[in-house]
Amino acid sequence: MNRFLLPLGAFVLLAVVLAIGIRHSPEKGTIASPLIGKAAPQFALPVLTDPKRQLSSADLKGRWYVFNVWGTWCVACRDEHEALLQIQRLAEVPVIGLDWKDEDSLALRWLSELGNPYEVVAVDHDGRTAIDWGVYGAPETFLVNPEGIVVYKYVGPLSVQEWQTRFVPLLPPRRAARS
Amino acid sequence: MADQVRTSAATSPGGPIVSTRLTRPVLLSTLVCLLWATCALAVDTTELSDPALQSRYLALTHELRCVQCQNQTIADSPVGIASDLRRQVREMLVAGKSDDDVRDYMVARYGEFILFRPRFSAHTAWLWLAPVVLLVGGALIAVRVLRKRSALVGQDNEPLEEDTPSS
Amino acid sequence: MLPELGHFALILAMLLAALQAFFGIAGPALGRDRWASTVTAAVAGQFVMTVTAVGCLIASFVSNDFSVAYVAENSNSALPLFYRVTALWGAHEGSLLLWILLLSCWTVAVTFGTARLPQRFAARVLGVLGLVSVGFLLFTLATSDPFLRLDPPAPDGRDLNPILQDPALAIHPPILYTGYVGFAVAFAFACAAMLEGRMDQNWARWTRPWTTAAWSFLSVGIALGSWWAYYELGWGGYWFWDPVENASFMPWLAGTALIHSLAVTEKRGLFKSWTLLLAIVAFSLSLLGTFLVRSGVLVSVHSFAADPSRGIFILSFLIVMIGGALGLYAWRAPLLKSQAGFELAARESFLLFNNILLVIAATTVLGGTLAPLVADALHLGALSVGTPYFNPTFMLSMLPLLALLSFGIHAKWKRGKLGERSRTLLMTFIAAVICAIVLVYGIYSHGKVMTPVAAALGIWIVLSSLIEPIDRIRRGISLSRAVLGMTVAHIGLGLFVISVTAVESFTLERDVAMGLGERTAVGNYEFRFDSLKQIEGPNYSGLEATVAVTRHGAPAAIMYPQKRQYWVQRSSTTEAAIQMQHGSNVFIALGDDLGGGKWSLRFQIRPLVNFIWLGAFIMAVGGGIAVTDRRYRLGRQPVAAPAAGVAPERAG
Repeated sequence: MNRFLLPLGAFVLLAVVLAIGIRHSPEKGTIASPLIGKAAPQFALPVLTDPKRQLSSADLKGRWYVFNVWGTWCVACRDEHEALLQIQRLAEVPVIGLDWKDEDSLALRWLSELGNPYEVVAVDHDGRTAIDWGVYGAPETFLVNPEGIVVYKYVGPLSVQEWQTRFVPLLPPRRAARS
Repeated sequence: MADQVRTSAATSPGGPIVSTRLTRPVLLSTLVCLLWATCALAVDTTELSDPALQSRYLALTHELRCVQCQNQTIADSPVGIASDLRRQVREMLVAGKSDDDVRDYMVARYGEFILFRPRFSAHTAWLWLAPVVLLVGGALIAVRVLRKRSALVGQDNEPLEEDTPSS
Repeated sequence: MLPELGHFALILAMLLAALQAFFGIAGPALGRDRWASTVTAAVAGQFVMTVTAVGCLIASFVSNDFSVAYVAENSNSALPLFYRVTALWGAHEGSLLLWILLLSCWTVAVTFGTARLPQRFAARVLGVLGLVSVGFLLFTLATSDPFLRLDPPAPDGRDLNPILQDPALAIHPPILYTGYVGFAVAFAFACAAMLEGRMDQNWARWTRPWTTAAWSFLSVGIALGSWWAYYELGWGGYWFWDPVENASFMPWLAGTALIHSLAVTEKRGLFKSWTLLLAIVAFSLSLLGTFLVRSGVLVSVHSFAADPSRGIFILSFLIVMIGGALGLYAWRAPLLKSQAGFELAARESFLLFNNILLVIAATTVLGGTLAPLVADALHLGALSVGTPYFNPTFMLSMLPLLALLSFGIHAKWKRGKLGERSRTLLMTFIAAVICAIVLVYGIYSHGKVMTPVAAALGIWIVLSSLIEPIDRIRRGISLSRAVLGMTVAHIGLGLFVISVTAVESFTLERDVAMGLGERTAVGNYEFRFDSLKQIEGPNYSGLEATVAVTRHGAPAAIMYPQKRQYWVQRSSTTEAAIQMQHGSNVFIALGDDLGGGKWSLRFQIRPLVNFIWLGAFIMAVGGGIAVTDRRYRLGRQPVAAPAAGVAPERAG
C-alpha cells in the first residue's frame, strides 16, 4: 500500500469528525445533562407569591411538569416569556418556575407586567438548588415525568416551535394531541 | 449579493440590544445570558482557617471548569455560578469530604466536562495514551530511517566539506 | 456609496484571483507560456482591488458610517480614532478581509521574488496562491460580507468589544495573520513542485526565506497575543491552551519543523517528502485554525460568533485545498527518492528527531484540541481537556527536543564527528547545570522536580549556541547571516525556556480582601492599599486604586490598577497594574467591592516573565536575520550543480 496515502487518509478522518462537529454545533456551549434518566433533585423552597409556603419536589410527583429556570436579570428569559405563556395556554403540562438568584420584588413585578405562565414559582436565592439541577445559565427548561425522572433538558430561550419539536414528542399521546 | 440589506438591529446606546439574532436557536442566546459580566477576572479571597484545607480548596477550584465561562476555572471566573460552586467546594471541604467526593458531586450534576483534567478511565484512556503511542511510533520511524541512511553513507561520492557545520 | 464600491471591488478581486489561478496552473500545464505571463497582471489587479475594498471599509469606520452593519456592530462614535481603524479586524467579517489583504500582499511579494525563477514554476506558485485567494474571497462574499447595509441605519454603533480596545491587541491580528497567511507561500511552492513533478535543492533554497519570514511573523504574533492576555485579561496568566491559541500554535510547530527540514533538503537533498508534507501540513493547520475559530465547533473564550453555514463552507474549502494537496502528495512523493546517507550522530539525524518530535507535539495539541469534538461525535460523552492535559503531554515531546538541540547544532553534516567540540560542549553542560542549581536552590530555595532540569536545559541551549559564533570570531572566519540567525533564534528559545521555568516554579500569588489603608505582604514586597478614585475615559468610566509598594521596607513603586466599565456594551475590563522590579513583574489587579469597605485584590510576583515574550521576539529576529542571508538574494544563480548522486528528480 502506498504509505504516502496515509496523510490523505488521516485528513479524510479529520474532515468527517469536523463535519459531525458542525452538525452538532448549535448545541455547543451546552453541556449534556447527566440528569437525563435520573431522578429530579429533591428540593424544598419558598414560593414567590407566598414565602411562608414551601414547594417541594414531593409536591410535584405524580404528574408531568416543565421546570423552567429564569431570572429578571436575564435578557433571553424575557425573550422566551411570550413562548412560555403560549405553552401554558396550549399544553396541559404545568410550568413550574425557579426564580434563580433574583430579588422577589423584581420577580413579582416582572410577572405582573409580562404575565405569569407559571403554576407556581419557587425561589432559589443562594443557588444551591440550581446547582443540584446542573444549571449553569438561564434560561434552562426541564421536562419531568410523573415518576419524578428528568426526561429532557433544554438550554436557552424556548420557542413554541422548539416546544413542539422537542418536548411534545416526549409526552404521552393524549396530552400531545391537545398541544 | 449586493442587494442584501439586513433588517435593522435596533441599537440604542446604553440600552439592552434587541436584535433579530436573539430569536435564533440556542447558541448565541446561551452565551448572552450571563449575569452581565464578561468573563473577566475574579479574585477569590477565600481564606480557610486550616492551611491544609486552603491548599486543597485552591487546588480543587483550579481544577473545576466554570460551566458558564467555559475556558476558565471556577477560581478565576467572575460569574455567579462560579462563586456558588466555590462556596459548595468550601462547604464540602469544611464538612470533611474528600477531594474525590467533591469531584463526584460536581460530575454528578454537570458531567465529566466540569473537570479540567480528564479522569483516566476507559473513555479517556486513548487521550492520555496517545502521546505515548506517538512517541513509540516516532522512535520506530527514526530507527528505520537511521538504519537505512547509515547503510548508504559509504556509497555516495559527495565531496562534502566536513569542516564548516553551516546551516 | 463607498461600501458599494468596496463590495464591487471585492467581486472584481475574486474574478481576478480566479484568472490568476487559472492562468497560473493551466498555462504551464498546457504549455501556453503566454498565459503564464498574464498571471502577474492578475496579481496586480487583485491587489489593487483588495486594497480598494479595505480602504472603503476603513473609510466607513473613520467616518462613523453606521449604515454599514459591520461598522454598527463594532464601532461607536465615542470610540477613539485609532480603534476605529483597528476595529476593521475586530470581528469575523473584517478579519477575513484582513486575511485576504495580507494574502494579496504576500502574493505581490512572491511575484517580485520569483521574477528570475523559471517562469513556469513561478506561474504555478502564483496560480496556487490565486486558488487560495479565490476560496477566501468566495467565502467572504457568500457568507461574511462586511459591506452589508443596515436599513434604516443605526443611530450609533455597539462599540468595539472593550477587551479589544488595546494597542497590543490592535496589532496582534495583522502580525499573526501575516505569519499564518505566509505559510500559504510555502504551500504554493510545494504544490508547484508537485505539479511540476520536480523538487530539487534549488527548490528548497527558493522556499526557505519565505517560510522563515512567515515563521518569524507568526512567532511575534503569538507572543503578542500571549503578552496581551497577561496584562489585559487580569489573571496574570499567559497561556491557556485555549482552542484559539492552539490554532495558532500548531502551525508554528509545523512551521518550525518545516524550516529545519528545508535545511536538510537544501544541503543534502534529503527529507524531500518530509519537507513537502510539512509544507502542506503547516498551511493546512493555518486553514484548520481559521475553521476552528469561526465555525462554532469549539467553545473558546475568544472565538468569533459562530455560524454553522460558515463552518460548512470552510470545511468544503479545506477539503478541496488540503485534500487536493495531499492527493498530489500521494501521487508525486513516491518518486522523490534519494540515495544520500548519513551517520547516526550526524546533523541529519538530529534534524530527523527534531522533525519527529515537533510533529508529535503538533499532533498532541491537535488531538487535545479536537478531543471534545471527537468524544461528542462518537457519543463518548463530554470530554474536558485543558492545561492539566496539555502541559505534561506537550513536555513529553519537547523535553527530549530541548536536550538534543545542543548536540544537534554542533553535529556535522553526514558524518557527525564532533571531535574537539565535544569537550567544549561538555563544559558548557556542566556550567549550565551549576547555574541551574544555583538559581533554583541558591536564590529561590525551592522548586519542583522539573525546575532544575528545565532550567539547566535552557541555560545549556544559550551557552552551546554561543560556542560556534565565538569560535568563528576567534578564528577570524566570517559569520554568515544564516549561522548568526540560527544562533540568535536558538538563544531566544533558551531564554524562553528559562523564563517559563522560572515563572511556573517561582510565581508568588495572593488574593486578598483589603480595606483602605491596610497592608499585605507577598514575597519580598509589601503592598498598602492607599486610595480609590473614580476615573473617566473617552468611552468608559471606572475606578482606580492607588497601591504603594515597598521592597524590604524601602519604597519601590506606586501602582494604579483600574477597573473599567465601558458604557455602550456595559461590560467591564480589569486593567492590571504591572511593573518590572528587579527582573520580576509585580502584578496587581483590582477585583470586586466586597462590601464593608473591603475590596478584593490580586497580587502576583512573577520572576523573569518578560523574557517569555522577549525570548519569542528574539527567536523571530533570528529568523529575520537568517532570511537576509546572501544566498537567498533575488536572482542569484543556483549553487554548483547538485552534489553527485543526488540528481534532481524528474517524474515520468
